[in-house]
Amino acid sequence: MTVTALLWCVAFLLALGGLAVGAARRRGASGMVYGGCLAACSVAFTVALDALLSGAPPAAATLPLGLPWLGAHFRVDALAAFFLVVINLGSGLACLYGIGYGRHESAPHRVLPFYPVFLAGMNLVVMADDAFAFLLSWEFMSLSSWALVMAHHREGDNARAGYIYLIMASFGTLALILAFGLLAGPDGGYAFAAMRGDAHRPALPLLVLILALLGAGSKAGLVPLHVWLPLAHPAAPSHVSALMSGVMTKVAVYGFVRIVFDLLGESSAWSSAIVLALGGATAVIGVLHALMQTDLKRLLAYSTVENIGIVFIGLGLSLAFLSNGMGLAAALAFTAALLQVFNHSLFKSLLFFGAGAVLTATGERDMERLGGLIHRLKLTSVAFLAGSLAISALPPLNGFVSEWLMFQAVLISPELPQWGLKIMIPAIGGLLALSAALSAACFVRAFGIIFLGRPRTPAAAEAREVDRFSLATMFAAAALCLLAGILPGLLIDGLTLPVLELTGSHMPPQAAMPWLSIAPIAEGRSSYNGLLVLLFIAGSASLGIVVIHRFASRALRRAPAWDCGFPDPRPATQYTGGSFAQPIRRVFGSVLFQAVERVDMPPPGDNRPASLQVTMRDLLWDGLYAPTGRLVMAAAERLNLFQFLTIRRYLSLVFGALVLLLLVLALWP
Amino acid sequence: MAVIADLLVQLVQMALVLLLAPLFTGVVRKVKARLLRRRGASVLQPYRDLFRLIRKEVVMAENASWLFRTAAYLIFATTWVAAALVPTFAVGLLFSWTADLIAIIALLGTARFFLALAGMDVGTSFGGIGSSREVMIASLAEPAMLLVVFTLALVAGSTQLSTMAAVLTAPEVGLRVSLGMALIALIMVAIAENARIPVDNPATHLELTMVHEAMVLEYSGRHLAMIEIAASLKLLLYVSLIACIFAPWGITAAGAPLRAYAAGAAIYLAKLAAGAVLLALFETAIAKMRVFRVPEFLGGALMLGLLGTLLLFVSRSF
Repeated sequence: MTVTALLWCVAFLLALGGLAVGAARRRGASGMVYGGCLAACSVAFTVALDALLSGAPPAAATLPLGLPWLGAHFRVDALAAFFLVVINLGSGLACLYGIGYGRHESAPHRVLPFYPVFLAGMNLVVMADDAFAFLLSWEFMSLSSWALVMAHHREGDNARAGYIYLIMASFGTLALILAFGLLAGPDGGYAFAAMRGDAHRPALPLLVLILALLGAGSKAGLVPLHVWLPLAHPAAPSHVSALMSGVMTKVAVYGFVRIVFDLLGESSAWSSAIVLALGGATAVIGVLHALMQTDLKRLLAYSTVENIGIVFIGLGLSLAFLSNGMGLAAALAFTAALLQVFNHSLFKSLLFFGAGAVLTATGERDMERLGGLIHRLKLTSVAFLAGSLAISALPPLNGFVSEWLMFQAVLISPELPQWGLKIMIPAIGGLLALSAALSAACFVRAFGIIFLGRPRTPAAAEAREVDRFSLATMFAAAALCLLAGILPGLLIDGLTLPVLELTGSHMPPQAAMPWLSIAPIAEGRSSYNGLLVLLFIAGSASLGIVVIHRFASRALRRAPAWDCGFPDPRPATQYTGGSFAQPIRRVFGSVLFQAVERVDMPPPGDNRPASLQVTMRDLLWDGLYAPTGRLVMAAAERLNLFQFLTIRRYLSLVFGALVLLLLVLALWP
Repeated sequence: MAVIADLLVQLVQMALVLLLAPLFTGVVRKVKARLLRRRGASVLQPYRDLFRLIRKEVVMAENASWLFRTAAYLIFATTWVAAALVPTFAVGLLFSWTADLIAIIALLGTARFFLALAGMDVGTSFGGIGSSREVMIASLAEPAMLLVVFTLALVAGSTQLSTMAAVLTAPEVGLRVSLGMALIALIMVAIAENARIPVDNPATHLELTMVHEAMVLEYSGRHLAMIEIAASLKLLLYVSLIACIFAPWGITAAGAPLRAYAAGAAIYLAKLAAGAVLLALFETAIAKMRVFRVPEFLGGALMLGLLGTLLLFVSRSF
């Protein structure tokens, strides 16, 4: 029943995509398509939520599609149900936003047909229960999102972004094909059920893990495979960016969890160390890159890289505990990772919606050309502020809860027997704290430069508040962030089933705790109560306001800014995004970005303007991708010779190849 | 009955930190002045300043937004809540389980987030410079603080401050190298977080090195009073934190008789006085450092925290 209903939703989405091909240019088409998608997502969300909470046994269905001897298997267990909830909640919000935002779309026929197909692809990946269906849906998702990235292919760097995305997506799928090949073994048991039961050869698990990291990690944005993400995610229309950053990266996390936790089913200290190291590096490198960006959407995309790193830290911790049979600790870390997945899908969507609103209102994405929008976009700024607080892991919003749980998991690490892990995990905890603090810096900068201060351009000075659908979506997402932050116990209890399914144990039920607080291990050890924190803050703030208004002077006078006596009316004298990030660039960037500042100060009497030049390099791009690209080009250049041979030479080449193959066959033991 | 007693202790604690915070700042200033052979203002001067500020009219920049006004109250509220959750004279506060040490630090992070935003609201260069440097310092201080928390949690087996204080008073904990490192790291973080010398100078204006004062430059009147009391509360919070963790002697256990509470309060006041004198001594003895030396200073705190944690991994008895 569950699977059938979900498959009908998917079929409806696919049909909607087909219809949109013909109807995209008509008036009202965009409202119809997004409305239809919203309906499908709501149904799918309800069905998946029911499957997640009801605890019914996994539902399965087989369709006579795909490989003739295999068929297409679909199955919704608790893990799939959780990710379906995340996908359809995020997609539903994006659809609602799209109803308003899509009206400004200059090329609807390039967006509308692919959008429902993209949603269908993401749902199918999570439901797939055999390798073929999984990979096919995975490619479906990749290609439809690629088409959406290329919607405005003539603008700026979008064509290059699409090209790099395509290459990285193909690479990722290749790694996944190999991983599934290894899991299926020589008999070709491509159904997931067969893979779970299979006994593996000893050298295999680590290789499968690495291939899963390459395949799913490249889609999720793990460093060093993240390069496509900050190019491709911002290139798409904003609600699609929200989907790609908030939701599609979660599908990639699902792929990794499915392969490593479920299908592979065993872990070693080594594998967890690899995942932890990659997660820690991703978190810090992602957020440092985000701090250096001036394009708002690119900043958000890099911050996605950071959050994916945090999710992988949680997964790595869980693997470490699992490999040592510490079920409860593994459940705690895994819950933290899933909670981070859920939370990130909410606040990242919210922030991308905010970026879309800024883009609609001003036509600008560059924060150095914005400013003072809090006066013009009053409501958008409130929602964006909520998202910024949430993503900076500040109480009482939801980002803090998942990071807090992760710190609690880190604190259990001394009980691990392996020395390497014992020493590594506190350092990873330090990196986690560093990335949280830098993330707060990053969003102080983003909100401060864009919404506060004085407008830097006429476009920013004349911005108009966006439409009601966009505002409603942003406030819905912000409300969900707040609710998830003050009632985390309910969420943790909701995650019991998927956690139990994959780690074999679960956190103690939280609903029984007094006052809805959460206590991961025992109350004497650590506990947190978001609701009371919010109430206390609200209470003491109101008390402060009441006392002040009762006893203090109420006089208020508006005057020019003080600025130590030297206010300058020109908005250019404000701090910019670049100058705000300068101290952090100086502290962290001299190694990571090879940042060099050159100051040219003309001597007295010289009328030349002084100048400051900053050069930064992306070491990963220069050291890994550019050489690889050159290598491929050089190889292609060589192979190009084969294109211009005579027929005689081709025939002799074919003959030679035949002889060689026969020789190999003859000599093969 | 026990609940009412706990609630009472909690309320007394909330009022106490609020009342004591300006006094503590006043004492530090007075001791510093005496050390510099000045007479110095009365220890009650901060109260007078606050009263004067709330009676004055607010002069707000023309383009200041709602955030600028709201932030002052939010900064005060979050700092107050955080300060009320650190055990001062008694453990077993009614709401101590609301937030553990990690959450208390994060609450201070929320306050800082709003303060940094308020600094950028008017769009002046001083506000920007303050916010930008504040987040740079925070990005180093927070990981160092977290590593200190790790060290403490490994010794105490808990991140709950009440439990920590109870465990650390036990005689079997004794003197430990790791705790010593954590103490030094915590003091360094506290100095940086509270904008004290050598990281920042709380008594300066019109200096390119200022951080905290640059952010709050545009504030005046009652809003400035809120910011000032929040800053005092934060300083008191850190001193109480250090006292609660590293000098937990004499802290009253839950359910003790009234006399014990009075003794606990007296001992707490003595600890605060000692803290004020030490802080003033330290601040007079050291020169302010350049902003770009601060990362080295906090990097030291980070390394000490990490080293303390690693020592505990080597052996629980260090």
